[in-house]
Amino acid sequence: MSKSRRHFVMRVLAGLAAVALAGCDAITNSSWGPKILRNGERANRGAQRSLTAKSALAQEFSEADLSPDFRSNGTSNPSDDDYQRLAKDQFRDWTLKVEGLVRTPTQVSLAQLRTMKARTQITRHDCVEGWSAIGKWTGAQLSEVLALAQPQPTARYVVFHCADAMDNDGNRYYESIDLDEAHHPQTILAYELNGEALPIKNGAPIRVRIERQLGYKMAKYIMRIELVADLKGIGGGNGGYWEDQGYEWYAGI
Amino acid sequence: MPIDSDKDSQPTRRYQYLRHSWPVRLMHWINLLALTVLLLSGLQIFNAHPALYWGKSSYSGRPPILQMYGIQTSNGETAGTTEIFGRRFRTTGLFGVSKDASGTLVERGFPSWLTIPSNQYLAMGRRWHFFFAWLFVVNGFLYVTYSIASRHLSHDLAPTRLEWRCIGRSILDHLRFKHPRGEASKHYNVLQKVTYLTVIFGLLPFLILMGLAMSPRMDSLFPGWIDLVGGRQSARTLHFAAAMLLVLFVLIHVFEVIITGLWNNVRSMITGRYEVEDT
Repeated sequence: MSKSRRHFVMRVLAGLAAVALAGCDAITNSSWGPKILRNGERANRGAQRSLTAKSALAQEFSEADLSPDFRSNGTSNPSDDDYQRLAKDQFRDWTLKVEGLVRTPTQVSLAQLRTMKARTQITRHDCVEGWSAIGKWTGAQLSEVLALAQPQPTARYVVFHCADAMDNDGNRYYESIDLDEAHHPQTILAYELNGEALPIKNGAPIRVRIERQLGYKMAKYIMRIELVADLKGIGGGNGGYWEDQGYEWYAGI
Repeated sequence: MPIDSDKDSQPTRRYQYLRHSWPVRLMHWINLLALTVLLLSGLQIFNAHPALYWGKSSYSGRPPILQMYGIQTSNGETAGTTEIFGRRFRTTGLFGVSKDASGTLVERGFPSWLTIPSNQYLAMGRRWHFFFAWLFVVNGFLYVTYSIASRHLSHDLAPTRLEWRCIGRSILDHLRFKHPRGEASKHYNVLQKVTYLTVIFGLLPFLILMGLAMSPRMDSLFPGWIDLVGGRQSARTLHFAAAMLLVLFVLIHVFEVIITGLWNNVRSMITGRYEVEDT
């Protein structure tokens, strides 16, 4: 091939590549593209649930694996006045409300939570961004807390309502899991990290640990737990703050 | 390549034969599409945390083995920096800091023309990645099934004992850019066979496995299986490294396609017809 012809071919190929990439952006920004592409992540959920047991445990580690500092991501100190007032008293006045589709709406204080059956686990926290950190978490099993409130048979999801505001419109962080995940032995409402009271940057007074999913599922600064039959009526209707921004509700990969 | 027919008194006989069956052709191009989207959406996902580590976690007290970031220079400019094993390289415009769609320099791992979507959008990058991951896996499964059933694997890809013995010669020939002609060009040469088999049954399954090793749910399949490769962050690094090896394979593959007759090779992967010059 002559030099000029080679240059011409290269320019045509570069042009085609640019058009193809612009096409990908157009699909991303279309109303239908993301809906079709989402089926990949739906298939992840189906495949992963059929390949692994419902109660299979996430890997646990030893003290030697602990990250020297467990990094904070997202909100590191909710600016909300009510939250700051609670924090000032080490959350003595904080109560966790468990309501929605339950027989007995319940309120649990931090002191009560600490008397409940506790579980300590050294686990790896995997962020959707790609990093991992290892921490030792102690908390009450969520299943025990739910048992106090007695979910109704119509309840299908557990929604965590948090204190941290995500924008100026008053939208706060929230997340949700199904009842299988809620009853998993490693799903705990953690009030301790590495043997000390959970720091504010990591979600004080409690953050939920959902060890077989990504970090954004593990809501921090939890104020209220709501049992629902359907996620549509909450927030943007996709089951969580990040889900409303396009992230998948099932975060197993 | 044009043949120097002046030296030959005998006229060359040219004929075409069906080199690639239609399923192989179709699956080849689906594979190209899937792997291209997987690479570019993968770089989008990498950009959400442009650093690679070795071990179980990212925060073990040890620094990353690779990272890309921007730094403020003394004259107030942002400079792209790539750090590999503690060694720093200035990579402004390409890695660490590059121009966005509007032409302003922004801090990002890989540049916008190497990511899908082009802007920083992790949620959509993941949608693209997983959708095409499934396309790639289904296509790959069908390819392997077809290759076994149609004997494409045993006839065309498995090296013969004689070929194994002559592999040294084949390596030398490749280094001298000397390629089989005539009848000998009608089947894959031994180096080509070994490379294809290594990619199909080694590199690509490894790439998928390292992707699954990053999944906290797949982690629970057999407790501790990810430690076999050094932990989740090692798996992420290996997933990236395997993708780069695949890019290297594609570069060499395309180079070989060009120097052994670009149009003849491309046509044989579109219409199936390959022209042989019989001297």
